[in-house]
Amino acid sequence: MGNDQHRSETTLRVNGKPHTLTVDHRRVLLDLLREDLDLTGAKKGCDHGQCGACTVLVDGRRVNSCLLFAVALDGCEVTTVEGLTGDAEEPHPLQRAFLERDAFQCGYCTPGQICSAAGMLAEAAAGHPSHVTDPATPPGTPVTLDRMEIRERLSGNLCRCGAYPRIAEAVEDVIE
Amino acid sequence: MTGTTGAPAERREGREKVGGTARYAAEFPLPGRVQAWPVPAAVARGRVTGIDTAAALAVPGVLDVLTHENAPRLAEPDDATLAVLQDPRVPHRGWFVALVVAETLEAARAGAAAVRVGYEAGKHDVVLTPSHPGLYVPEEASAGQPGVREQGDPDGAFENSAVRVDVAYRVPPLHNHPMEPHASTARWEDGRLLVHTSSQGAHTVRAVLAGLFGLPEERIVVTAEHVGGGFGSKGTPRPDVVLAAMAARHTGRPVTVAFPRRYLPAVVGHRAPTLHRLRLGADADGRLSCLTHEVTTHTSRVKEFVEHAAVPARIMYAAPHRRTLHRVAALDVPSPSWMRAPGEAPGMYALESAVDELAGELGMDPIELRVRNEPDVEPDSGRPFSSRHLAECLREGARRFGWDRRDPRPRSRRDGPLLLGTGVAAATYPVLVGPSTAEARALSDGTFAVRTDATDIGTGARTVLAQVAADALEVPLERVRIEVGSTELPSAPLAGGSSGTASWGWAVHEACARLTHRLAGHTGPLPLQGIDAHADTTGTADAESAYARHAFGAHFAEVAVDTASGEVRVARLLGVYAAGRILNARTARSQFVGGMTMGLGMALTEGSTMDAAFGDFVESDLASYHVPVHADVAEIEAHWLDEDDSRLNPMGSKGIGEIGIVGTAAAIGNAVHHATGVRFRELPLTPDRVLAGLPARGTS
Repeated sequence: MGNDQHRSETTLRVNGKPHTLTVDHRRVLLDLLREDLDLTGAKKGCDHGQCGACTVLVDGRRVNSCLLFAVALDGCEVTTVEGLTGDAEEPHPLQRAFLERDAFQCGYCTPGQICSAAGMLAEAAAGHPSHVTDPATPPGTPVTLDRMEIRERLSGNLCRCGAYPRIAEAVEDVIE
Repeated sequence: MTGTTGAPAERREGREKVGGTARYAAEFPLPGRVQAWPVPAAVARGRVTGIDTAAALAVPGVLDVLTHENAPRLAEPDDATLAVLQDPRVPHRGWFVALVVAETLEAARAGAAAVRVGYEAGKHDVVLTPSHPGLYVPEEASAGQPGVREQGDPDGAFENSAVRVDVAYRVPPLHNHPMEPHASTARWEDGRLLVHTSSQGAHTVRAVLAGLFGLPEERIVVTAEHVGGGFGSKGTPRPDVVLAAMAARHTGRPVTVAFPRRYLPAVVGHRAPTLHRLRLGADADGRLSCLTHEVTTHTSRVKEFVEHAAVPARIMYAAPHRRTLHRVAALDVPSPSWMRAPGEAPGMYALESAVDELAGELGMDPIELRVRNEPDVEPDSGRPFSSRHLAECLREGARRFGWDRRDPRPRSRRDGPLLLGTGVAAATYPVLVGPSTAEARALSDGTFAVRTDATDIGTGARTVLAQVAADALEVPLERVRIEVGSTELPSAPLAGGSSGTASWGWAVHEACARLTHRLAGHTGPLPLQGIDAHADTTGTADAESAYARHAFGAHFAEVAVDTASGEVRVARLLGVYAAGRILNARTARSQFVGGMTMGLGMALTEGSTMDAAFGDFVESDLASYHVPVHADVAEIEAHWLDEDDSRLNPMGSKGIGEIGIVGTAAAIGNAVHHATGVRFRELPLTPDRVLAGLPARGTS
């Protein structure tokens, strides 16, 4: 089971709980979540950063967890779809909106869409521009997320079932 | 009826899906479970001469390497794509020649990279052309459709027609690419095979595994509780489940096989490329006298699968003289298979584009041309339609879309560098239904348990079947519990051909109606185990109908074509469908819109290329094969007519999972023609192609 010189002890906080693991240096965050912690909400759609199904939040920012070596995340705070609400029983407003809008079908891209949307809301609030943001906007100004902005900023999350219009509506519901 | 069907009931498994707790086939962490990684062939034709596994076995964590020399022997399958690791033959590049089993994903991947395979490579032939010497007319195309049909004298009638269109279209290979790659987890326990698989039908998987491994079906359990999309590519079992079962038997451990995304195009089927030639002849009033649709396509050397793209021309328009014909050549290519609306999707792209061209030749509105050629009976068979409301869909769509405001002249609207246009196309999909069983039980707590091995691949099957049950039981929806997705449940057909809800629903309806009847005759409290009723629709659901049964629809598109970049953007898509009774307004709309979105991809972004030198698909992953993304999809609306058809099934429903992709690409292509005045006849309409086809700047 691997050579010890290719494994390192790594500590991450995942959904608020610390986990210390001896991690194969080749292991990406996605596989650590799914295989070591049995948090299978983050999905493997391509394993190459092409589909967004594995999107989670690392220190509050959305990432493709299939592209990050777990060993490089020592000390990081990871939030997955299972931990979006903290200890609350009720679903996160995005989860509720996805249910109400029927913003998914097969469900496989859904956790990634929801985590991506959560990260996007924070990015827009922090004034991160997108490709469709008016270039004249002063840096750091919170960006108003209209339909164009939502579509542009969620384009890294593929949905083969074609739930895009409903996803955009669900995100708008949460913004309002 | 309590009126539960038709209501927009929320998905029953929704909380699990948005919460991340719904488990898919690769997500069962059984004690001792290990991982497997396949090794694809690196030549397009030939045979394996030797496999050196020493380096792979030396990778820490690698347990074993399965090859054709040591893998468990399988009985010969009906589907030859499942005869994996049985012999040294390489029928196409990407065919699996080994499987590495290891303690971890990383070790399995490293092991697969360390396997050394020797080949004796032959000269391969992978390029389909309209004059390929290997072309033949198959007796049957897919779906059991005749390879060729002819009535009257289509060639003579064409020569004598006042207005003629003789055109060719090309649709490239397309890939299903469901978001969940094909995956299976298998284990053997006391001579029993237990499998979680990503499939559109667990009972079908079980039957195939029983044959391959020589086991009685009672000793196999297959579950497919949550399935991350399929779109045809998980209709019947794919090699993942066979490899998982083989590896689990070989190693004595539970094994998960999850295919890497870029391996999928070679091993799970694709929509074969289709080369179309259409000849339409009409009189000056637009009445068709002849309709000829000839389709050329490829299959693999493993099995014959013929995309039945000429079939819609047997259904759509009245024309006394007609020929619909398929030609196929077996090449050294991966095996094609089902992809959403096989036959109809590429066939209707070509047919509905040609009809638009004919409207242009006639100077006639394309909706009027279609209505004028509405047949009284199904043109090819002469059977009456159980219901056909295509004209109504076209009219209702025109009203909602604002078609009457359209200037029919091509290239008549401009907004700066953008050329704007609108287009229309018709849609059709057959009504398919198969026999199914189901069980319904009344429990002493006042609830009802309904069980059938339906599969919810994202359609909302659980939800709609609960609605059908609630109506038949005449109880509120909350009192119905439903179980699907396992061979431990009453047997049911796979989710395919838009037939699932009709097939399963029929059995559920019948079981619940029987239970209602039994309960009516029961007095006093229910016994502890409740009272149950069963249904088996064999002999009724599959009885021959005297009617031609099809759903119809109309698609409208508005596009903007950027004359500087060649980019086509779809501003609006609108569909109107006549598909019998809609059983859940919420999930139905999602399916229609999802189909239209895939149609948008077919029109603008999706296309695969067979590499002549290497013999594989160039666009094999999601970075190169472009499925539509959020930014591609603006406004998409789906509407439907109230269609009352008593000749279908007890619910009065037609299938809705596929019709959304049918004709959408034609509507978009017709809109691009209207915008630009240029007819593009090869999909997808990517910026490079469009820019090259537009008149040189300054001349417009």
